[in-house]
Amino acid sequence: MLPSPQHLPSPAPRSQRRRRLAVAALAGALALAAGGFAVSAQDNSAGASARIVAVGGAITEVLYALGLQDKVVGVDTTSQWPPEALKEKKSVGYVRALSAEGVLSLRPTLVIAVEGAGPPDALALLRESGTPIADVPEAFTADAVVNKIAVIGKAAGAAGPAQALAERVREAFVALDAQRARLPARKRVLFVLSTQNGRTMVGGRNSTADGIIALAGGINAAAAVEGYKPMTDEAIINAAPDYIVMMRHTAAHGSSADELFAAPAFSQTPAAKTKALIRMDGLYLLGFGPRTPDAARDLMGLLYPEAGIAVSDAGKAYAAP
Amino acid sequence: MSLAIKPAAPSGVEALARLAAGRRQRNLVTVLVLAGFCLLLLLLSLGAGAFAIAPGRVAEILLAKLGLAPQALLDGREALVVLNIRMPRLLLGALVGAALAISGALMQGLFRNPLADPGLVGVSAGAGLAAAATIVLGDRLLAGMALKLPFAALPFGAFFGGLVSTLALYLIATRNGRTSVATMLLAGVALGALAGSLTGLLAYLSDDRQLRDLTFWSMGSLGGASWTKLSAVAPIVLPLVIAVPFLARGLNALMLGEAEAYHLGIPVQRIKAIAIVLVALSVGASVAAAGVIGFVGIVVPHLIRLSVGPDHRLLLPLSALGGAALLVGADIVARLVVAPAELPIGIVTAFIGAPFFLWLLLRRGRIAEI
Repeated sequence: MLPSPQHLPSPAPRSQRRRRLAVAALAGALALAAGGFAVSAQDNSAGASARIVAVGGAITEVLYALGLQDKVVGVDTTSQWPPEALKEKKSVGYVRALSAEGVLSLRPTLVIAVEGAGPPDALALLRESGTPIADVPEAFTADAVVNKIAVIGKAAGAAGPAQALAERVREAFVALDAQRARLPARKRVLFVLSTQNGRTMVGGRNSTADGIIALAGGINAAAAVEGYKPMTDEAIINAAPDYIVMMRHTAAHGSSADELFAAPAFSQTPAAKTKALIRMDGLYLLGFGPRTPDAARDLMGLLYPEAGIAVSDAGKAYAAP
Repeated sequence: MSLAIKPAAPSGVEALARLAAGRRQRNLVTVLVLAGFCLLLLLLSLGAGAFAIAPGRVAEILLAKLGLAPQALLDGREALVVLNIRMPRLLLGALVGAALAISGALMQGLFRNPLADPGLVGVSAGAGLAAAATIVLGDRLLAGMALKLPFAALPFGAFFGGLVSTLALYLIATRNGRTSVATMLLAGVALGALAGSLTGLLAYLSDDRQLRDLTFWSMGSLGGASWTKLSAVAPIVLPLVIAVPFLARGLNALMLGEAEAYHLGIPVQRIKAIAIVLVALSVGASVAAAGVIGFVGIVVPHLIRLSVGPDHRLLLPLSALGGAALLVGADIVARLVVAPAELPIGIVTAFIGAPFFLWLLLRRGRIAEI
């Protein structure tokens, strides 16, 4: 049997006194709570200035490109570019696993969230608190990038500069289209995400890699699979890529061109004959933000050296081994 | 034991009485300490969070809600954080923690196996498979229907997946109106492996985003707590809590063995059926609301056994308190260490609980027999 709880002290006669006692007791316990964990929350002394939480890598990139970084108070963990974003701003966690209280603790006046951010419960609580949330659609095409910039700029109250940036990006895409139209026979490109334990993960259709290969005028050799999936050695031989594209940091993990093309699967591909491996910074290549036209043109230049497309210094740096 | 003491030796009887009294006193202390600890954690949970609110302010908001302070306090973000974010969250944590721990203690008693946990009745495997199916295939399957939110479908999917697999397991293990716990144990392992492989297949089919959703779900979180969620979970879990006093005596008798319990007049089959159904319901609801939170169901009951012994009349309610305390405490850590982001709670429960459990094991030398 459960022993009965200890006898409680009888309540004080006056309700006023009881109330004060209750406040004091509760406050005491809570003071302990607050004292134990010194949680920093920035105060709202900045006044009328906007406090933006950016949820989604491309959104942070656009806000920085628009020079609005001073208004950004929090970013999510996919905000890897520019690199200082996650260092100088508070992290609100992964884009799909936000905490309502965490975001609110930054006292935002605006949350700009990429399509698919969540969980919806957290977003619902944010809306309930009166925090405006701007939704930004996501797709891996040129139009989507241009549209994204305009939507983000409008939400952040910088429609003018955003329009200008969007226009510049659009023109860059148009120029890219023209260059792509002049390309000789298209090459087959295989994007290799990783080669862990001999298992090769490739970028299939509807992946960011698929999007950038299309923009760069290549044919995705792995279009038979959807998303990022492991591919068997035989399927890689069948895919017959003329070029292998990898992210630079993955490639650095012990897979030089010699090693890669020594593997049975890759040794039998057309790419092996010329040791055609392109390594580029993953964020630059797959970010689908304002830098995407440059990234696509740089990749195009590397894929089709005969076309004489100038690779930017940034691209050269990113593509450096 | 008492047979060894001769009736003519009053000192022996006194010693035994002293021993019993000492044990009762120690148990009372354990109960009070645990209850106090649980209460303290609940208050801490209300006062601590990424959003800085002065403790006095939290108290005022609570009193305002009770009509004892100016109602103006209820407007604004602070009241929202206290009343609509932290409050449902700590209550959900306490409820889920209590449900998982009671379920663990029940399963260990019923199966007379110290390694039994709530997952044994197939709930976790079934719920996991259904959740994976909802996450990965939900967009495609639900696209044609009016239901647009796979997130709303997820808890329902998990709950029914858990129930269906428990029902299947129960039917497999029941012959001639008698449920064999040994068959259930082994069939549970097989069913778990099957569900695991299908979940793996779904993980293979998933895209990056879905894979991350799956991973986060399998580590549990109280992040999505809301009053709606709480009001959906509470009615399903409460029957388990209410049934505890009625099941305790039967489980004590079952420790002797099924035949022995039957001859003591215990309705063995009915107790088995009731316990399994209640565990399936409450664990299904818990998993649906907070994802998979491992460790609580297996370790909390053992911790309690180490301190008060195996009597289910004490073990079950204390496990509830212990489970609630562990989950609420773990949640405080989960939402503070990386604030304003938060950690999945499953990481924290194991990180806090496992070393503590090992320490107790080393100190006591062996685990209490079931």
